[in-house]
Amino acid sequence: MTEFFQSFGMSYEWAWTVATLVGIITISLLVMFSVAMVIYVDRKVLGAIMMRRGPNVVGPFGLLQSFADGLKVFLQETIIPSAANKGIFLLAPIITFTVALAAWAVIPFDAGVVVSDINVGLLYILAISSLGVYGVVMSGWASNSKYPFFSAMRAAAQMISYEVSIGFVLVCVVLFAGTFNMSGIVMAQQGHGLGFVNGFFFNPLLFPMFVVFFISALAETARAPFDLTEAESELVAGYQTEYSSMAFALFWLGEYANILLMCSLCTLLFMGGWLPPVEWAPLYYVPGIVWFLLKTFFFFFLFSWIWATVPRYRYDQLMRLGWKVFLPMSLIFVALISGYLMATGHFS
Amino acid sequence: MIQTLAFYLFAGLVIASAVMVIMSRNPVHSVLWLILAFFNAAGLMVLVGAEFIAMLLVIVYVGAVAVLFLFVVMMLDIDFAAMRAGFIKNFPLGIAVALILLAELILGLGAYNAGGLELATADGAAAQRVGQSNIEAIGVLLYGRYIFLFEVAGIILLVAMIGAIVLTFQPPKPGARGRQDIGKQIARRPEDATVLKNPETGQGIEL
Repeated sequence: MTEFFQSFGMSYEWAWTVATLVGIITISLLVMFSVAMVIYVDRKVLGAIMMRRGPNVVGPFGLLQSFADGLKVFLQETIIPSAANKGIFLLAPIITFTVALAAWAVIPFDAGVVVSDINVGLLYILAISSLGVYGVVMSGWASNSKYPFFSAMRAAAQMISYEVSIGFVLVCVVLFAGTFNMSGIVMAQQGHGLGFVNGFFFNPLLFPMFVVFFISALAETARAPFDLTEAESELVAGYQTEYSSMAFALFWLGEYANILLMCSLCTLLFMGGWLPPVEWAPLYYVPGIVWFLLKTFFFFFLFSWIWATVPRYRYDQLMRLGWKVFLPMSLIFVALISGYLMATGHFS
Repeated sequence: MIQTLAFYLFAGLVIASAVMVIMSRNPVHSVLWLILAFFNAAGLMVLVGAEFIAMLLVIVYVGAVAVLFLFVVMMLDIDFAAMRAGFIKNFPLGIAVALILLAELILGLGAYNAGGLELATADGAAAQRVGQSNIEAIGVLLYGRYIFLFEVAGIILLVAMIGAIVLTFQPPKPGARGRQDIGKQIARRPEDATVLKNPETGQGIEL
C-alpha cells in the first residue's frame, strides 16, 4: 500500500506512515465488527446447546443484537464510585481495549496481508498479551471495593501462571518453524504432515502442545471453565463490578477481541493459517483469508462449546493444572522436540 | 524525520515517567509510572534496531516483574505521610547513586569513543553477522562463546529457586488434614459415594 500512496507524490516515510495508519484503522474496525458478530454467535451457540433460541428479536435472526446492546451501553450514564481512584479507574478499561487491539498488528490474514510483518512477531504477541493483566489488576485496585480486588488478585496469579506454559509451547512451535515471524511460521507448516497436510496440528510431537496451548488460551482469556476472575457465585461480576456504560463495554469488547486473537493464534501456529487444510490444487482457488476465517471461527466455536459444557474449576485445581501439569509437560516437550530435531539434522 | 520525532517522544516520556516514579505520592501510581518507563525504553530499543531486546524488556519486566511489584504494592497498607518524610531523608543517597551511575555512563562512553573497543566481535566474525536478525546473533553469542557463563547463570538461578522453596516450605503439621490427592478425587465414582434409599412413610432409615 506504501507504493499506492507514494504515487501521489509523497515521500517514502510519509507514504509508509499513511499506509500504516490506514491499515491500523481498517483492521481495528474489522476486529470490532467481528467482535460484535462473534458475541452474537456465542449467544446463539450457547442458546442452541441449552435448547433455547438465543437472541432472535433485533434484526433478521437477531443479527443486530450486539449493535443494539452497544447503542444501549453508549447511552447509559458512566458511574464512577466516589471512593474510586478516578484516573486509574478510567484508564483500566482503556488499557484492556487498546492492548486487545494492538496484538492484531502482527496477525497475517493472508499471504502478505498484515499491518506489520516484523521478525519478532510471536514475541510481540507474547509481550502484548502479557499486558492484558494490567487492565484487570488496575480496575480491581482502583474500584476500591472488595470483590473487584479479590478478582484482580486472582487474575494476576492466573494469567502469569498460564503465560509460562504458553511461552514453552511457543518455543516448541518456533523450534519447528525456525522463525519468530508469523508469516514464516505459517509457511513452515506447508506440507508438514506427510508432505501434503498443512499444519503442525498433525505432528504427533506438537499435538499435545496444541492441547496445552488451547487450554492455556482459555485460562489466559479468563474464559470458562477458568473464569474465576468473574465467578458470579463468589465475586458478583469480579473486576467489572463497579463499571457501567462505555467503560464496561470496553472491557467486554477487549475480552472478546482477546478471545478472537487466541483463536487466530491457534489457527496460525497449529492449523496452517491461511493455507488450505491439505495441499490439493483446487483448494488453493479459495482465497486464503476464507480459510483463515473458517479456522478461526472453528476455534471460537470450540470456545463457546466449552463454555456451555464444562463446570468452573476450583482455584487450587486451576493452579495445580498450570504449575504441576502444564509447566513440566511443556518443559519435557521442549527437550523432546529439540532432541528430535537435533537427531534428524533439522538444524544443520 | 519520523525516527527523530519518535526518539524524542520515547526519550522524553522515559525521563518524565522516571521522574514521576519518584515524585508521585501513591506507591501504586509509582509502579504504573515505572511500567510506562519500561515501555518507552522498549520503544527506544526498537528504534536502535534491537527488537529482540525490546520484546524481552516488555515480556520480562512489564509482563512479569512489574506485575509482581504491583501485586505486592497494592496489598500494602501504606501511610502516605510517612512516605513523604522518607523522600527527604533518602534524597542525598539517591543523588549519590545517580551521580555514580552518571560517572560510569560517561566513563563507558568515553572508553568506547576513544576507540580500540570492538563490540560483539566473538571469533572475529562481526562481518558475518550483518545479515542476521538479532535473535540469531544473540543466540550464536550466548550459546556459543558465552555458553559457560550462561550455564553458570542458570545454576545460580536454580540454587536461588531451591533456596526460596526451602525457606517457604512448611511441612504439614501432625494431625492436620492431609493434602488433597487429585487422583483419588477423580477416581471416585457416584456409585461409591451415594446410595439411593426409598424409606417407607413413618419409618426411619439406617445408612
